[in-house]
Amino acid sequence: MTAAADLITATPRRERARHSLTTRVVIYGLLIFFAFVYLIPLVVMVMTSLKPLDEVTGGNMFALPHELTFAPWIDAWGKARIGVSETTGIAGYFWNSIKMVVPAVIISTLLGALNGYVLTKWRFPGHKLVFGMMLFACFIPFQSVIIPMAVILGWFGQFGNTLSDLTGFSFGFGNPTVNLVFVHTVYGLGFTTLFFRNYYEAFPTELVKAAQIDGASFFQIFRRILLPNSAPIIIVTVIYQFTNIWNDFLFGSTFAAGDSSPMTVALNNIVNTSTGIVEYNVNMAAAIIAAAPTLFVYIVGGRYFVRGLMAGAVKG
Amino acid sequence: MTVSGVAPIARTATRRPRALRGYLQGVLPKLVLAPSFILVLIFVYGFNLWTLFLSFTNSKAFATTNIVGFLNYKRLWDWTFETDPPSSWYTAIVNMGLFGGLYVVFCLFLGLTLAILLDQKIRGEGILRPIYLYPLALSFIVTGTAWKLFLDPRIGLEKAVHDWGWTSFHFDWVVNPSMMIYCVAIAGVWQTSGFVMAMFLAGLRGVDGEIIKAAQIDGASTFATYRRIIIPIMRPVFFSAIIILTHMAIKSYDLVLSVTGKNPGGAAELPSTFMYSYTFTRNQMAVGSTSAVIMLMTIAAIMVPCLYSELREKGR
Repeated sequence: MTAAADLITATPRRERARHSLTTRVVIYGLLIFFAFVYLIPLVVMVMTSLKPLDEVTGGNMFALPHELTFAPWIDAWGKARIGVSETTGIAGYFWNSIKMVVPAVIISTLLGALNGYVLTKWRFPGHKLVFGMMLFACFIPFQSVIIPMAVILGWFGQFGNTLSDLTGFSFGFGNPTVNLVFVHTVYGLGFTTLFFRNYYEAFPTELVKAAQIDGASFFQIFRRILLPNSAPIIIVTVIYQFTNIWNDFLFGSTFAAGDSSPMTVALNNIVNTSTGIVEYNVNMAAAIIAAAPTLFVYIVGGRYFVRGLMAGAVKG
Repeated sequence: MTVSGVAPIARTATRRPRALRGYLQGVLPKLVLAPSFILVLIFVYGFNLWTLFLSFTNSKAFATTNIVGFLNYKRLWDWTFETDPPSSWYTAIVNMGLFGGLYVVFCLFLGLTLAILLDQKIRGEGILRPIYLYPLALSFIVTGTAWKLFLDPRIGLEKAVHDWGWTSFHFDWVVNPSMMIYCVAIAGVWQTSGFVMAMFLAGLRGVDGEIIKAAQIDGASTFATYRRIIIPIMRPVFFSAIIILTHMAIKSYDLVLSVTGKNPGGAAELPSTFMYSYTFTRNQMAVGSTSAVIMLMTIAAIMVPCLYSELREKGR
């Protein structure tokens, strides 16, 4: 799995006939052409977000901004119209996403690590079946669980109301952010368990046995031996989960409405608002802000990003 | 003896079977795994069954338990052939075929082409590769927002080409209901093809250099080497890529909404949007769950044979 991903970054050792000049020109030409095709939408987004609105609607989208302005960014962050009436900007929704992503990533990664540890180093009869069944969580289309989830979260909400009537505090039941953390944790478990299981599979069991003979307990072995050696897979898992949860739209739009919706939902509302004139530049600034965290993670941890994707890809 | 009955890899050392500590050490791993496993059992398996159950009821706005047999399936089956005027299920299926087919074929084609071009010992691979991959870090909502602007005839591509002097150029697909679905496919291919490229590149780098050398000694051209030797060897990569792409195509929901601007008039209906609108806005939960079950079955029907053949290949 990770070996496959490393192959991409490894230099090709294979000997091959050198291409003629014409062939090389064609190869580079095509590669550079496609690089442009992949880059242009982002470049246009950035340029549009830096132009005043009349320059966007009146000018060429490929033209550099005549009049560089950061006003659309400020508007997007603090003033953009989301939905029908509110003009609050996306700041609050950005924090909603942060509040959802951070706990969900931490919990699902930690559980995945523990599951992987049990499934490789503390095997019990039927461990393969348990793992196989957990993997299924990676395959299902979320549409097939969304209705029951809506019902259950409704019950949680009622339970939360009862609790706050009794105690004055709902303990997070019915809180949309808590709901989303829960949903993302549950449906992320399949992937995180898969990542850690495959990684710990290659971890020498002798070390675990030796520690056991020395009297180390289950959690001591995990904390002192496995975890300190898990940095790469932790990074891979965190990046994978972070990207997936940050970019989620279906759960966010279904289970968190209005003020508590995450960034992706708010962005969709800004862009598709039906009131007033379409402020393309503000929309693009908002889109870039929405994309910034995952793009940042990609730029900083590109290697691990690709690894996670490949690991998630070779699910079987 | 261990508590579990079979010696796990790391022995759960219980010299005195009744010692509490030993007993705890024996069940602890299972206790740690249990919450995750139970969550998956309930929220993946239980919920899928629940959705299946709902598809046999006459649930409207709320879930009911009135069984109506295969009525909902029959309804969808009838809608499948209701072409004049097209029912939204018919539109969803036709669009699924168009979008899914174009998405999978073009992602595979572009991904393979880019991977082969990158594998020609070129300079600057380290710069080009991340450029092809970065769209994957963006959410479908951001991708859709970017392409909606890019293809918008009033301010995007059409206008830019007009500005450059080619005034008869006409490209209004993104606002033309009958062509919208192709724009969704364009945005989808842009987002995912880099990932397919990464998978193929890893596959190419994994091909044994000796085989290629042998082919070259026999006088095979580069093209023939790829077509006859390398691509057939990469059959498993094709399988994985097809599984992932079909999976993504069937699940995709946010991309349609953002490219088309909330799917006006249901022109770009897909099974995912159909499921959502019937369940949450049209109060036909039973029909919604029926379509969700069909989506799940379709994914299973594509995935199971692919996984099976891949596993058999490994077993050999």
